[in-house]
Amino acid sequence: MEFLLPAVIALGGMGIISAIILYFVSKKFEVQDDPRITEIQALLPSANCGGCGYPGCSGFAAACTQAASLDGLLCPVGGTETMNRIATVLGYSAVACEPRVAVVRCNGSCEKRPHTNQYDGTGNCAIASALYGGETGCPYGCLGWGDCVTACLFDAIRIHPETRLPEVDETRCTACGACVKACPKQLIELRRKSSGFHRTVKPDDADTLHRIYVACMNRDKGGVARKACSAACIGCSKCLKNCESEAIVIANNLAYIDDSKCTLCGRCVSECPTASIVEYLQTKEIVC
Amino acid sequence: MLKTFRIGGIHAPAHKLSADRWPVTLPLPEQVMILLSQHIGAPAKPLVAKGDTVKAGTLIAEAAGFVSAPVHSSVSGTVAKIEDIVDASGYRKPAIIIDVQGDVWEDSIVQGRFPDELSPQEIIEKIRQAGIVGLGGATFPTHVKLTPPPGSRAEVLIINGAECEPYLTDDHVLMLEKGEEILQGIRLLMKAAQVQKAIVGIENNKPDAIALLSSLAATVPGITIVPLKPRYPQGSEKQLIDALIRRQVASGALPVSVGAIVQNVGTAFAVYEAVVNNKPLIERIVTVTGNHLAHPCNLRVRIGTPIRYLIEQAGGIPADTGKIVGGGPLMGRALLNADVPVTKGLSGILLIPASEAQRKPARHCIRCAKCANICCMGLEPWRLMNLAEWKEWEPMKQNKMMDCLECGSCSYVCPANRPILDHIKWGKNELRLAAAAK
Repeated sequence: MEFLLPAVIALGGMGIISAIILYFVSKKFEVQDDPRITEIQALLPSANCGGCGYPGCSGFAAACTQAASLDGLLCPVGGTETMNRIATVLGYSAVACEPRVAVVRCNGSCEKRPHTNQYDGTGNCAIASALYGGETGCPYGCLGWGDCVTACLFDAIRIHPETRLPEVDETRCTACGACVKACPKQLIELRRKSSGFHRTVKPDDADTLHRIYVACMNRDKGGVARKACSAACIGCSKCLKNCESEAIVIANNLAYIDDSKCTLCGRCVSECPTASIVEYLQTKEIVC
Repeated sequence: MLKTFRIGGIHAPAHKLSADRWPVTLPLPEQVMILLSQHIGAPAKPLVAKGDTVKAGTLIAEAAGFVSAPVHSSVSGTVAKIEDIVDASGYRKPAIIIDVQGDVWEDSIVQGRFPDELSPQEIIEKIRQAGIVGLGGATFPTHVKLTPPPGSRAEVLIINGAECEPYLTDDHVLMLEKGEEILQGIRLLMKAAQVQKAIVGIENNKPDAIALLSSLAATVPGITIVPLKPRYPQGSEKQLIDALIRRQVASGALPVSVGAIVQNVGTAFAVYEAVVNNKPLIERIVTVTGNHLAHPCNLRVRIGTPIRYLIEQAGGIPADTGKIVGGGPLMGRALLNADVPVTKGLSGILLIPASEAQRKPARHCIRCAKCANICCMGLEPWRLMNLAEWKEWEPMKQNKMMDCLECGSCSYVCPANRPILDHIKWGKNELRLAAAAK
């Protein structure tokens, strides 16, 4: 017993002294943190996807507290709802943001775009694209090795087993843009989730998803593009002539539909001779 | 003790099937497709239009800048069109397509005599006008190599007759057929580079070429023929310099920094033809080979000939062909189809049977360090591949990725069949894209 006591006293004394030192040191060097950062961080989805352009959700939360307004700040995963809550915390007015979704601009499935050779190297789009033009006659189209699938943190893209093309799951896609950066052929674009009302759908059904876009990135001349893929845009400008809202531009033998001008009249879809303009329509019930 | 380079290297089975086949001149095809970018540097600018009549040797595209090379018509006929064609990589590149009519050559192409009176600058200018590029495969414009950057001076000209790549025999048969002309070409290159000494390195699996060139070189002052121990990649500039003059070129430096200029024997012959006979680079020898090919051979072909035509001369494409490779088995790349044209840098066409063509599935790295042992640049290929998998481009650069000469030895020796070189090429490409974006 008598040999325990000095040890307990010595250790206990050291502990008390250290605690006092630590207390004053922590007071002296205390880091003043904005409490709102933690608060905002709690509102964010914690996906840490980087879709906002900041390193992770805490980086975005810090950026929100430092900004004078919420202009240009958007959490694509959380969307308008989250941004409204952040605005309430900070006392700013919320910025309305249009929900967006990733769109794959290649429609060259196996039947439409026959294989002309077999790539034998590493199964990775970035490597395949650095070495070769691809397994089909179209050097602009999807390679099908799934770099976008690997990049997606939300399991929103898969390669369809039959078409060998990426398929975006609308319900899961947060428009973070990771796939856009991953695609070496720049095939993926973030477009407005719904850019208007369909001619056959009642205007009050605002949740109808409806998009029209050119599902092709082939910039070769019409004949060459058509030879490589039956669904290629041949740059014939039929869509351009039939568009009343001047939403279509044709550059480098390729049409592009500006989704901010498109009224979804659908005329270009019926006019396109190669069916390279794709119409996506999904009603509220199916979206759930 | 035979000379060779000191770091790394592999000894692959030689398979020189066509070594005893004298080069055969291929009959002219009906149409040639001449790519405008057959060299490292800016693509040439076309000077002809559809319907123009050209002769063999007519300038049809001019160099676009200093590091670029002009392109000449390899046949006589009419320009059918100028359009983008699929090249060996599957991407479309601009080319001039000429319908062949007869075989009329430019009047200036005549058998001349050795021009003692030409100054170094005049020789370099003639080489530039003839569109000569490095014929070993790298296709770097020769006139650029002969013009060292200010402040550096070449002391020795090194001529690459190593031909270390398995299967290829085009340099070998060229040395046997045109030994005298090659030596004349070397003399012209020595004069152009203003050096007194030239060393020709030839691997000793070509004893006939060594014997012939040695006997011819005995009468020419300054040229030595040195037999080398067969080892891959001995034909690479830095390795050949190390093997012959025991000097190491620093990372990122040019060979001229150690006083050497390296040229291929094929280039030396092209220089002879350009300076003495006024003949631009419009034909070359291509080895057509493969273990299951009926008649492996060496063909003298015009630039722009579709390679299908060459393979037909060698007995046609066997039914069980799995891959057609442009170049040798280690550095060459699989061609997308047999309709791509012969370019200035194409040294061989290798047909691989389907049973051998497929890669084996890659497994995990077992840390055996074979790749690090054989890397002739002293790199750690396994580390570079790991970094590429994590997309760590900057650390790859710090690990001297840019020194890699893409010889493919690491992928060749890897017991786990890991596609190491694919990943290094990927890293290089990403850095190139990042630099271009800046």
